[in-house]
Amino acid sequence: MQRLLILGATSPIARSLAMRFATEGASLFLAARDLAEVERLASDITVRTGARAVSGVFDAAEFYFHATFFEKAVAELGGLDGMIVCFGTLGDETAAQVDPEKALAILNQNFTGAVSLITLAARHLEQQKSGFIIAIGSVAGERGRPKNYVYGSAKAALATFLQGLRGRMARAGVHVMTVKLGTVDTRMTWGRESPLTVAPEAAADSIYGAWKRGAEVVFVPWFWQPIMGIIKLIPESIFRRVNI
Amino acid sequence: MPLPRRGVLTGWGSFPIAESDIYRPEKIAELAAVVTSNSTSVIARGAGRAYGDAALNGGNRVVDMQRLSRMLAFDSESGLLRCEAGVTIGEIIDVFLRRGFFPPVVPGTQFVTLGGSVAADVHGKSHHRDSSLGNHVTSIDLMLASGEVRRCSREENSDLFWATVGGMGLTGTILEVELRLRRVESAWFDGEISMAANIDEAIETFERTERQYGYSVAWIDCAGTRGSLGRSIVNLGNVASRQSLPPPLRQEPFKVPPRMHPTVPFNLPSFALSSLGIKTFNTAYYAMHRAGPKLFDYQTFFFPLDAIRKWNRIYGTRGFLQYQCVWPLSESRAGLIETLEAIARWGGGSFLTVLKKFGPQDGMLSFPMPGYTLALDFPITRELMEFLDRLDEMVVKRGGRVYLAKDARLRPEVFRAMYPKAGRWLEIKRGVDPENRFSSNLARRIGLPGGE
Repeated sequence: MQRLLILGATSPIARSLAMRFATEGASLFLAARDLAEVERLASDITVRTGARAVSGVFDAAEFYFHATFFEKAVAELGGLDGMIVCFGTLGDETAAQVDPEKALAILNQNFTGAVSLITLAARHLEQQKSGFIIAIGSVAGERGRPKNYVYGSAKAALATFLQGLRGRMARAGVHVMTVKLGTVDTRMTWGRESPLTVAPEAAADSIYGAWKRGAEVVFVPWFWQPIMGIIKLIPESIFRRVNI
Repeated sequence: MPLPRRGVLTGWGSFPIAESDIYRPEKIAELAAVVTSNSTSVIARGAGRAYGDAALNGGNRVVDMQRLSRMLAFDSESGLLRCEAGVTIGEIIDVFLRRGFFPPVVPGTQFVTLGGSVAADVHGKSHHRDSSLGNHVTSIDLMLASGEVRRCSREENSDLFWATVGGMGLTGTILEVELRLRRVESAWFDGEISMAANIDEAIETFERTERQYGYSVAWIDCAGTRGSLGRSIVNLGNVASRQSLPPPLRQEPFKVPPRMHPTVPFNLPSFALSSLGIKTFNTAYYAMHRAGPKLFDYQTFFFPLDAIRKWNRIYGTRGFLQYQCVWPLSESRAGLIETLEAIARWGGGSFLTVLKKFGPQDGMLSFPMPGYTLALDFPITRELMEFLDRLDEMVVKRGGRVYLAKDARLRPEVFRAMYPKAGRWLEIKRGVDPENRFSSNLARRIGLPGGE
């Protein structure tokens, strides 16, 4: 039986992923900023699957509490086999581009907070020589764009961090998977849907499938890999003139 | 506050259409922000399966509730399930049928949300025995215009409870519903098909079998006239006990054969449902059936149309109107004959015509009453509106009413004549929503609350 810690559990993708793992018999510690919401989610998972799901609160930017929070979660689960990092926020990009405080807040929610919690989990899993970490990044980290470079740079940094961590953890038999997520039909994209937008359930299915086959980096949905491959090849001088 | 999406919505009948700011909260706090914001009026929308304009709010705001779909508690002793409004009947079946529980009442599609089903106080094939869904709801958490969440039940805020069951989302936004699931021994229905040569035989079949069968419905061949007016196929059934199943099914009594799900790929051209096409289909469908015992799986029994995804597209972009009416028992036979004759004379034809007997009913705006109900659907034509106005007059005259969840054209004075408890409902509405923050195209069209 897997014992999993899911961070940012109230996002629709996290909910679907949690349901997938719970259906397979995992027991879950679900954490998010909003206790009432995460408690509702825990009930939902237990009612639907019969799995054990407990809930807790954390904030990615409150670094000082991370160690205690992490220990509590592991104790509650009776051990840890995997951690899934689903938190992250677009934030107010326009404001962040002119206000350093807001820019740093976006970095904390998407990068430094994740680094702090992933480091704790990595240490634990490395010692036990088994387990996995899944972290959800974004295709926005593939190339800096005027529209969302603060958010994008945080996701790029997260991808690089995970890449290095993956190499180190491989020696201990710990699986680290980076998800590069495209546009998913959630509140982040509501009102800005495109033909490339996919349902959160479908995204979670792809992530679960990739984890099952031991993928290291996965684009979700898959077509973002060739799209971003081409976008990355466009020379800077041209990219600046096209409004992507 | 979450951002809206400006979008055009329709009901399942593709008529009418309305443009609104659409919100889709993923958290309770986001919903509260939308409901309490000092802006235009708001209506909750579930899966968009009401046929007409119940979940439209043109120029105002619509809250899509489908992301608030968490199941919160289940007690396997009592069968009590508490869920958020966005959970669908189909999800409840998927989760609980294999544990031996089934929703107490299901409408003709499983793709409806629980919140929408309570707001429309939906009924099913077992109404004569079970009444409507509201009869099995034990409590509702309602978000009022102030953002306050008020729990209502038969004991607590009972007036608000009975105004909300069937209240079309106009007393507040239904947040959570607690209902009692029914214990079942299998996913199968043990029943029979009975052929009725005319309306009197159909009525006689309902009357004769109502104690024997918990579920009954008749499909009427609208091509029948004179002596065969109202000829129909009556489906009757009960949940099959495990012991009564054939041995191969007994091992896994909750497993049913998988269904193919063809989707109607696009809106069909309007001639697909010409009156000739409708009559040909009806005659052929009637001829295909033979009387006799039958074992149905629950999907075939309850949700035949769910097998074809987006079936509303067969009516094309012009859309269609559902017309469902009910007459008091004493007026039912005369009302049925009068209506079926009027349809035959009019010549337009109804593609699917369904007959069902209702039993006792509570609720202030709930549709059912003890008597017979007839559901008709018509492709939209220029003459149709006028024809349905005539049907309204005939129904009112006999003390009957039409179903708001399917309606798109009823007039306010006719509505008031059909729903005598509307006055009492309005008092409660004004009490909880004095500024009329919850409104919809339906509400404005039929004059709820309306100036007095």
